Amino acid sequence: MLFALGTAALVLTALVWELARPALRAGLARAYARAQRTLLAEASGHVLALDYDPGRERRAEQRARELLRSCVNEREWAMYRDLGFLRVWERSGARYAYLIYPHKPIVAYVPESGALLSEYCVAFPDHSRPYGSARLPDADDVLAKWMALAADERRLIADANMHLPGRQIDPDRVRRDLARLARWERERESLSVTAGNATRAGHPGLGGWGGRGSNNVRAT
Amino acid sequence: MKFLRLKPGHGEMVLAEGDVEIVEQERELIEAFRRELDAGMWAAVPTETHDGRREAELVKSFAEVPRDAERVIFFPRAAGGAPGTALF
Repeated sequence: MLFALGTAALVLTALVWELARPALRAGLARAYARAQRTLLAEASGHVLALDYDPGRERRAEQRARELLRSCVNEREWAMYRDLGFLRVWERSGARYAYLIYPHKPIVAYVPESGALLSEYCVAFPDHSRPYGSARLPDADDVLAKWMALAADERRLIADANMHLPGRQIDPDRVRRDLARLARWERERESLSVTAGNATRAGHPGLGGWGGRGSNNVRAT
Repeated sequence: MKFLRLKPGHGEMVLAEGDVEIVEQERELIEAFRRELDAGMWAAVPTETHDGRREAELVKSFAEVPRDAERVIFFPRAAGGAPGTALF
């Protein structure tokens, strides 16, 4: 009886060990990697907040969105808020336009045909890495691209790494985004017409929706 | 006039603020401007045209900043992004 119980206890221990071993190994590997990162950070003399803080990132993004909102026109802000990207027309005319995504390449395309022209991969890395990361908040990245394009399109494009469409952003996704953009614009147009009618009829209406040329002729 | 800096993990930070018509404050603004450019930042001034268009202007010296500008936004210089991983 005692022998049987002892054998069962041994088998049980072996089974538990086998089951727990992968989790233990993964935990040890994580702890080792964390220790390595901390040592590297200390060795490079940086005081880094290595732990990701979602609250801080969320507050940063909120600030960034407010700043973006204060810099672009109402229509562009609504576009970013609703669709997650901005469209900017090229400076010398309206032969092509750019889609600005946060932390993704700028995509150039022909609005008339929807043909994708190229991807311009550009980044604004902050090498001081104030919170352990060189990445600006999403809305700040979009604002930086928007300001650089608005101020000096040629220079930004020259600084960027140019690739054929599809290098980093799935062309199908871009086409879907263009379709969403077209739908979004139609809805705004119809809301604008409704608001105009309401205003003419003496109702407060929605007012303030900018048409293509209402606030920023070139920019949407 | 307010100097803002886009910062990872934080959003914008106010670097300096002052009245360009007051000599002492203007000097402080100029020093802050130089410091940021020396640190490799670009400086942009958000503008609005007469017809209400929102634009931005990159400036390389404090003298290029319009006297009536409310904000100058500093952000890291553009670099060609990582070549990245091809999707296909």
